[in-house]
Amino acid sequence: MHHTIQVHNLVFKYPDGTRALDDVSFTIAPGEKVALVGPNGAGKSTLILHLNGILRGEGQVRVAGMEVGANANLPKIRAAVGLVFQDPDDQLFSPTVFDDVAFGPLYQGLPEKEVRARVAAALAAVHMQDYAARVSHHLSVGQKKRIAIATTLSMEPEILVLDEPTAGLDPRARRDVIKLLRELPQTMLIATHDLRMVAELLPRTLVMDQGRVVADRATPALLDDEAFLLAHGLEKP
Amino acid sequence: MHIHFLDPYHAGRSPIHQLDPRVKLVLAVAFILTASLLPFGAWPSYILLLALILSIELLTEMGIAYFLKRAFLALPFMLAALPLIFTVQGTPLATFTLGAWTFTISVEGVERVASIAFKSWVSVQMAIVLASTTSFPQLLAAMRALRIPKLLVAIFGLMWRYIFVLADEALRLLRARAARSGARRDAPYKTGGTLAWRARVTGGMAGSLLVRSFERGDRIYAAMAARGYDGETRTLPLPALQTWHWLVLGAGLIIYILIWLVGALIV
Repeated sequence: MHHTIQVHNLVFKYPDGTRALDDVSFTIAPGEKVALVGPNGAGKSTLILHLNGILRGEGQVRVAGMEVGANANLPKIRAAVGLVFQDPDDQLFSPTVFDDVAFGPLYQGLPEKEVRARVAAALAAVHMQDYAARVSHHLSVGQKKRIAIATTLSMEPEILVLDEPTAGLDPRARRDVIKLLRELPQTMLIATHDLRMVAELLPRTLVMDQGRVVADRATPALLDDEAFLLAHGLEKP
Repeated sequence: MHIHFLDPYHAGRSPIHQLDPRVKLVLAVAFILTASLLPFGAWPSYILLLALILSIELLTEMGIAYFLKRAFLALPFMLAALPLIFTVQGTPLATFTLGAWTFTISVEGVERVASIAFKSWVSVQMAIVLASTTSFPQLLAAMRALRIPKLLVAIFGLMWRYIFVLADEALRLLRARAARSGARRDAPYKTGGTLAWRARVTGGMAGSLLVRSFERGDRIYAAMAARGYDGETRTLPLPALQTWHWLVLGAGLIIYILIWLVGALIV
């Protein structure tokens, strides 16, 4: 059991000197489901991109027992952390759903039989078994979202990190995604504005504002603190 | 998160920055025209042009090194002129054979290549001065004021507006691919797949970018049409040129003509 996220004194500056992340520290234990909330521009997406080394800041990031700073670890870290981006169109760039879900396993060099098994399992996990031959481009946003989650599940990651999984979905598609996230056993960090989902799904919440983690609390207590939520641009659900 | 390094404009308060964009555009284009119209080997004129562009660079308060470094952009264009060393007939300088071929370097050829190299070098410097001291919207306004076809200016403007959006989109695609380019911790499989497979994936990404750009174009057009766009961009008129603008413009053009006359009379 080493699928933890440990972030210690992480600082990330843009080329113009703006501190997008300012001394961020937190630890997520194996199996925990944690929400990452905060206003637009708080640094949520920037933080997420540090968890598998796409961005590198100063400070320490350890994921699944590996130091993210070391180049030799990067491929293993990217296989261990499934990153689901906000816009599924960014993630679905192959001609068919199958090709997209198979990308991770193929990149890892797995034999064909295992690739097919992984794709089938990942599509089954998101309840999209019948869509393997479809063209991603023609799917609905909700379906694209679930396929995007499947493209990371096929890597059998230990940790799932999702950026706004419910943004832009209609109520039914949103409900489907929440149900799906509840079924998945991985350690989870979810960046979102959807506090109703947070209340339902994620027992612990990190609040970010202006590049800092301003709260790390149990979700029910946090959502009761209306004054604090308002002070950081959030609203009680 | 975003790509900003594409914009060559550097804000400043130097006299060159504050010069009216219309005057700047005309003088920059006329400078390049003067450089290209000068005969080959008119070195005194070339030196004058260099002195002029260096003085302008000094006036921008951005440091001459900034411009000289970027002016190396002109280097690839000089490659195209290189064969002239051998093809121009004249006083032979050196001869060598390569297999069945005999090459003769002529003095005239060398002079011509050196002239082309010099002309493109100073011209590129002027273009860099223009782009780094004039913001793109100002440049577009100047183009419109100078009666450059409106459709062309509109295309430049939209390209400038959306090239950053496209670059961001491409960046996000690349990140999404990098995020899934992993390796198993235990198994010793070779990662990365075959070259052909990687090429196919990259092709898919390019295709996806194209389709999304196309759709974005449709949406942008719909949004423009919804606000009454009829193929014509209307903007507020620029303020009239003041007397000193006209003086700068006139003085600049006279200097160019004098430099050209010096070159044309000498050769």
